[in-house]
Amino acid sequence: MGLELYLDLLSQPSRAVYIFAKKNGIPFQLRTVDLLKGQHLSEQFSQVNCLKKVPVLKDGSFVLTESTAILIYLSSKYQVADHWYPADLQARAQVHEYLGWHADNIRGTFGVLLWTKVLGPLIGVQVPEEKVERNRNSMVLALQRLEDKFLRDRAFIAGQQVTLADLMSLEELIQPVALGCNLFEGRPQLTAWRERVEAFLGAELCQEAHNPIMSVLGQAAKKTLPVPPPEAHASMMLRIARIP
Amino acid sequence: MVLELYLDLLSQPCRAIYIFAKKNNIPFQMHTVELRKGEHLSDAFAQVNPMKKVPAMKDGGFTLCESVAILLYLAHKYKVPDHWYPQDLQARARVDEYLAWQHTTLRRSCLRTLWHKVMFPVFLGEQIRPEMLAATLADLDVNVQVLEDQFLQDKDFLVGPHISLADVVAITELMHPVGGGCPVFEGRPRLAAWYRRVEAAVGKDLFLEAHEVILKVRDCPPADPVIKQKLMPRVLTMIQ
Repeated sequence: MGLELYLDLLSQPSRAVYIFAKKNGIPFQLRTVDLLKGQHLSEQFSQVNCLKKVPVLKDGSFVLTESTAILIYLSSKYQVADHWYPADLQARAQVHEYLGWHADNIRGTFGVLLWTKVLGPLIGVQVPEEKVERNRNSMVLALQRLEDKFLRDRAFIAGQQVTLADLMSLEELIQPVALGCNLFEGRPQLTAWRERVEAFLGAELCQEAHNPIMSVLGQAAKKTLPVPPPEAHASMMLRIARIP
Repeated sequence: MVLELYLDLLSQPCRAIYIFAKKNNIPFQMHTVELRKGEHLSDAFAQVNPMKKVPAMKDGGFTLCESVAILLYLAHKYKVPDHWYPQDLQARARVDEYLAWQHTTLRRSCLRTLWHKVMFPVFLGEQIRPEMLAATLADLDVNVQVLEDQFLQDKDFLVGPHISLADVVAITELMHPVGGGCPVFEGRPRLAAWYRRVEAAVGKDLFLEAHEVILKVRDCPPADPVIKQKLMPRVLTMIQ
């Protein structure tokens, strides 16, 4: 059995892993786990990952979760170009510095809009406007920090070449963009960075990876999204309840 | 040129770095940044870390924040024993998996538990609604269960037979609710046995030294009103 990646491209970390594997020509079998249909909660998938989350990597009998760990594993195993996860001590440290900050400030914040605009309403839950506003403010603060502290006057987040940091960041920022929040507007530095990353990845791959999330608002409007099964409601309610 | 570490042992990530550096005899100059006095918000400290957070590290002209980044930097630079961050592809991936998971789960849970149970009422003089505290404690229970079931399982340490960075990060997190008076290890024999193994691997004296501040946290005097005003917005952001 070869490498299997369990993903749903609606999920930001899944997209980061997908893009990385594709860009680096890593052969894998794509196992789509439809989050909206609650497939991540199925008995079949929980055999693969008890935590019932995507992305998951399965390499023979070795199962690995967490997009960051998966990306590092793939970069080592397939010996991808050094710039992705530089061997240099300080350069690698800067990638990890960003990834740590990302987990605390980007992850969990930039995904909220999907919940407030699409997933909440899908199960009849309206998120209070004050939470939506607070989330918008959190995103603004985080973007400012992203520009001032990480990007600064450099081409990329952790230095002068594309790294895992840029991939994780771009995929997270694409989420609110897909939901009608043009957070790149009025941010020329961030816009230029995005263009550099997408140019490096290639327009075709970006479009392929982003199409599902870019379509979600339209599908919601036309009511063509799958209706989450009752057993998925509990975990969805829990996530919504955690929106600060 | 000496390595400089800016830490307050009240903070879990700081304790992990302190223990790791001491255990591995990494020479460093310790700069204590008193969080409860708001020293991390000073202009002087902003020169070191514009994010105004601890831990922070300076190695000559190189400045680094984020505990995982600092731990990995130190492990790499000082060529510590392999078991801390194994060369083996899958073993290393297990460490990375834990380090990534804890950021949004156990770390958050342990931090919120301490603040809701002790730091808000005792230090900041703000009462926490009983329902909020109950929800926080329930969340902690869930995350500790995942730690035990998914990571520790039946192994001696989180990623295998030897201590790694994952164990140091996890134990320092769990000591936060312990300091807050929660019986984290009670009724969890596997976890309690793991705790004893980690403490022994680190060295009991070093372990106690690193946790002295957090174990006395319930005795800390109330914050000065000016300090409280400065800390409040940061704290609310930190625990949300």
